[in-house]
Amino acid sequence: MSDKKKRDAKVFQLTRRKALKGLAAGASVLALPSRDAAASVWDAFFQKHFRRMTKSDLERVLARLEREYSSEFSQEVKVGATPPIEGVKYGYGLDLSRCIGCRRCVYGCVEENNQSRDPQIHWIRVVRLKKEKGTDLHYAEHYYNPNQVPEPGHFYMPIQCQQCEKPPCTKVCPVQATWTEKDGIVVVDYNWCIGCRYCMAACPYGARHFNWAKPQIPNESLNPQTHYLGNRPRPVGVVEKCTFCIQRTRQQPGRYPACLEACPVGARKFGNLLDPESEIRKLIENKRVYLLKEELNTQPKFFYFF
Amino acid sequence: MRNILAFARGSLVLISKGSRAYYIWVFSLLALISMGVLAYIHQLQNGLIVTAMRDQVSWGFYISNFTFIVGVAAAAVLLVIPAYVYHWKPIKEIAILGELLAVSAIIMCLLFVTADLGRPDRFWHLIPVIGLLNFPQSLLAWDVFVLNLYLTLNLVIAGYMLYSLYHRREPKKSFITPLLLFSIPAAISIHTVTAFLYSGMGARIFWNASILAPRFLASAFCSGPAFMILVFLLVRRYTKFQIKDAAIHKIAELIAYAMFINLFLLGAEVFKEFYTASAHLVPMKYLFFGIDGHTALVPWIWTAMLFNLTAFFIFLAPSVRKNHFMLVIGCVLIFIGVYIEKGMGLVIPGFVPDVLHEIYEYKPTGIEVMISLGIWATGLFLFTLSLRVAIPILNGDFHIAPDGRGSHIGDHLFLVQAKAADPGEDAEQSTAASARSDP
Ligand code: SF4
Ligand code: SF4
Repeated sequence: MSDKKKRDAKVFQLTRRKALKGLAAGASVLALPSRDAAASVWDAFFQKHFRRMTKSDLERVLARLEREYSSEFSQEVKVGATPPIEGVKYGYGLDLSRCIGCRRCVYGCVEENNQSRDPQIHWIRVVRLKKEKGTDLHYAEHYYNPNQVPEPGHFYMPIQCQQCEKPPCTKVCPVQATWTEKDGIVVVDYNWCIGCRYCMAACPYGARHFNWAKPQIPNESLNPQTHYLGNRPRPVGVVEKCTFCIQRTRQQPGRYPACLEACPVGARKFGNLLDPESEIRKLIENKRVYLLKEELNTQPKFFYFF
Repeated sequence: MRNILAFARGSLVLISKGSRAYYIWVFSLLALISMGVLAYIHQLQNGLIVTAMRDQVSWGFYISNFTFIVGVAAAAVLLVIPAYVYHWKPIKEIAILGELLAVSAIIMCLLFVTADLGRPDRFWHLIPVIGLLNFPQSLLAWDVFVLNLYLTLNLVIAGYMLYSLYHRREPKKSFITPLLLFSIPAAISIHTVTAFLYSGMGARIFWNASILAPRFLASAFCSGPAFMILVFLLVRRYTKFQIKDAAIHKIAELIAYAMFINLFLLGAEVFKEFYTASAHLVPMKYLFFGIDGHTALVPWIWTAMLFNLTAFFIFLAPSVRKNHFMLVIGCVLIFIGVYIEKGMGLVIPGFVPDVLHEIYEYKPTGIEVMISLGIWATGLFLFTLSLRVAIPILNGDFHIAPDGRGSHIGDHLFLVQAKAADPGEDAEQSTAASARSDP
């Protein structure tokens, strides 16, 4: 993707966001007044869209969620809503020649992001490919299970949300429950999603997952440091997806996503696309880059090197 | 106000009285509805895990039924055009039945979408102003809008016409004609938008075809009118309401054209995919032949093909389609054929193989089937009751009393002895039931 295109996409996005904000501000005047925290069921029912909440709305919601999660998981759970950092747009790199297909990233992600253990949800899917067939997904094996990796004649491709610059998933959502944040992360408001799963049909990468049943996480496995738009425990009946570990990467100083830290061979790279000196920018400029399903013009911010 | 009350009271009397066949029919529907409600409660308590849908196939039986029924709702427009644009009298007298069918069908559509939602408690997020409808970006937002518009239009048209006839007034042309004309593009829009909902997604090669919207329209103009013909034949047989042969034959002729276009468009698509034989072929291959031993849809789609083709030939020859026995067979074949083709046959290959080329074969669970049956029963129940009131009005047996106060229900024969409107989709079953109730 050329820089000019990237810039254009960004400008478009910013103006659109402004327009939406204006719309949201206008409409929120008409929205139902939220009641005092008499019954949290009603509070949850009438909760506003994340982007329509005022600061005090948000504080109340976060406090309520912390209360609920803490009692449900019998420990202190923090729910933050750290906003995007100015001048940052995240990009991810993955070196296909290094990946050994061990799936440590998959399980690192499950633990960090509080995915349901039963039924199982994985935000990362690693597929095994045959060297002579290349990246043709038609030959992808999803449930490979050897005693030892890597295996001769194969290579591996981890697939997760590509944080598309032009995400088809947000376009189709009938209630704007999913959108792109300023730092390029595509998020879901789990309290606004109606569970229609239109976004799952629209995503070309199988990156969106649905809570078909109430997610089960053992108390001792919960990661209590959470973000409203990221890894907080999800309710049944809503969609979830990778957020580049929004609860880590938006901290200052920032932390790497859990999958990157879990990778034993350093196949995963992460950084700020807007900073010309960043490692990710250098890699994109100097390596051979492969974009998954480039022909769909989703403009992933997830770059495969080969 | 008092007039409306009298009208409502009269309607209640009509609904609660009927032949034995009518009671059997209505109570079987009520039983199915209760079963559906129980199944739905089970789904609400456990989540959509009780269905066979999973991340790979994230829409299933509910959305398949929804897609098909959007088509049935079109029946009305195929009657409205000859009746009100060309003022063709035989159909003008029955167009209102098509509108009543549209109302019931759209209500079924909305129920199917609701059954499919993970969070039905948040449906209000779809209501503009208090919720946040993603308009005009999301085609689903458009669909919600046009479906409700079409529902309102048909409710107003049918309600107003019947209410006028009940008062023995001519419906006001200046009020009703614009609405009728507007309902034509509205009917077309519900299909087009539903087709766009699928065809707009680059991720799903099976749906991402511009031919999808015309195919939707063509098949809709088969299934809806086929159902209408079955209803007309039953109504004519078991009530005093007269429906002319000419009207029925005209509709059958229109179905023949629509079926031709439908088959032609399908052929065009099948040719393109199989002759090119690119990677795009896989879902269609799955549908027609199965891949790697996964053949769940294969017997179904060939049944549909066989039914549609047979029906096409039945409807093609005027002498054959004028034989009412053959006509009934043709209508039943078309209804089932299009149900398979535009239901599961359209939705499931969009997901098999999935975007990462994994194959998960979907077969609806008992719960999904029970909920869907419940919704079908709800639609038929509403349609039956609306016919139960509408037909006596159209016959002139139910109208405002001469003193202008209460309502008059004439013709007690109709209530006591004769046979009530019985719009079963299965002709034979209701015939048998009514025969038993004959005095
Ligand atoms: S990969 Fe899928 S979920 Fe992620 S932004 Fe792109 S379309 Fe949306
Ligand atoms: S499932 Fe949720 S996030 Fe996805 S399109 Fe529907 S409402 Fe939007």
